[in-house]
Amino acid sequence: MPKHKLPRKSTHIDMTAMCDVAFLLLTFFMLATKFKPDEPVVVKTPSSISDIVIPDNSILLTIDPAGKVYFDYDNKKAKAILIDKVNTEKGLNLTADEKESFKRGASFGLPFNMMKSYLAIDPINQKSFPFTGIPVDTNYMPDVNELAYWIQSARIAGQETGQPPRICIKCDASTPYPKVKDVIKTLTKNDILRFNLVTTLEATPEGSAAEVAKAEKEKSSGTKSE
Amino acid sequence: MAEIDTSGGGKKKGPGVKKGKKLSTRIDLTPMVDLGFLLITFFIFTTTMSKPKTMEINMPVDTKDDSTKAKDYCTMTILLSKEHRVYYYVGLADDPMNPPKVEVTYFQNKNGIRDALILHKKNVDEQRMNGMPGHIPADKPVILIKPDVNSQYEDMVNILDEMKINDMPIYAMIDITPVDQNYIKATEAANEGQ
Repeated sequence: MPKHKLPRKSTHIDMTAMCDVAFLLLTFFMLATKFKPDEPVVVKTPSSISDIVIPDNSILLTIDPAGKVYFDYDNKKAKAILIDKVNTEKGLNLTADEKESFKRGASFGLPFNMMKSYLAIDPINQKSFPFTGIPVDTNYMPDVNELAYWIQSARIAGQETGQPPRICIKCDASTPYPKVKDVIKTLTKNDILRFNLVTTLEATPEGSAAEVAKAEKEKSSGTKSE
Repeated sequence: MAEIDTSGGGKKKGPGVKKGKKLSTRIDLTPMVDLGFLLITFFIFTTTMSKPKTMEINMPVDTKDDSTKAKDYCTMTILLSKEHRVYYYVGLADDPMNPPKVEVTYFQNKNGIRDALILHKKNVDEQRMNGMPGHIPADKPVILIKPDVNSQYEDMVNILDEMKINDMPIYAMIDITPVDQNYIKATEAANEGQ
């Protein structure tokens, strides 16, 4: 019986094309990336139809489901001025290293008397620090209310760098309203009446007034470009 | 042809001529692809592709109660309570002898608070033109949002979102009053009795 030999094909595939694609994507992601800032707590924000992007140089107040408030400021220059100011006014006795740690650090939620012990530890261990939240007093004036003090000082520091900050509140959907109200009152009592709430984007309901307005806007911009 | 013959067959060279071994110029790219995809995965996981979205909110200056300025038929008060319940009534409710009819609903798409808002807007639109005393064509619906202590942040955002969805021109978030809290209690009690 004659032997039938199947023609053997090489199992090697030319990888050049795949390599090209891989590195193209890699380049794209490297250029498009902005590292996620460290978040002290996982916060599930409620959704809204609003699609305003978060402003640059904003103060981000995170509120977790238990109502603890965390503070972050997306402006390293202003943060350096801020910690200098806080250090002298509140007598924290921070070293230069600790100030640097504050400047580089992420969101924190601590009363003033804990700041030094928090900033003294290694940045890697700072994440697992037991945060208690920035105290929010029912007296909303900056000399008593620590959150009001942080916000006021941060705004002054922001002014000095020429970029006044906008305030964003990122709050968990299940946070009880009174906790949120305390934070909002702290802002309004200090004459901050316009601020942003971080939400996740959801689709505009069909047939609603907002959808009609959106469609009209698109239509008018479409006719303009023609 | 333009191809180079590398088969080595064909003409035979003399016995003393050694042929230089030809090395392939092909490199195995598999490890490089592996590395590429590994890095891509890393960047995908660490990246924030789009910045988070926010909604803007304007708070009223809380020195004086602005609700007194609004007209009775334009005003709708929304009370947010526990378990995502929404209580609402039309009118200022400034007459204790004549309490408003408080309705209860939820944030659902059909027959929820959205339909109530649309209806209110339509009613105001019709009534402002009817020439009754105090009704002028420039009147606009005014929504007062009062979250109760046992509501959640989600409710607050949802109701503000509804304002945007239904394109409500005037709305304000203000503190709840004991009177309004009593309305919630009374409505709850009435509903339980059914």
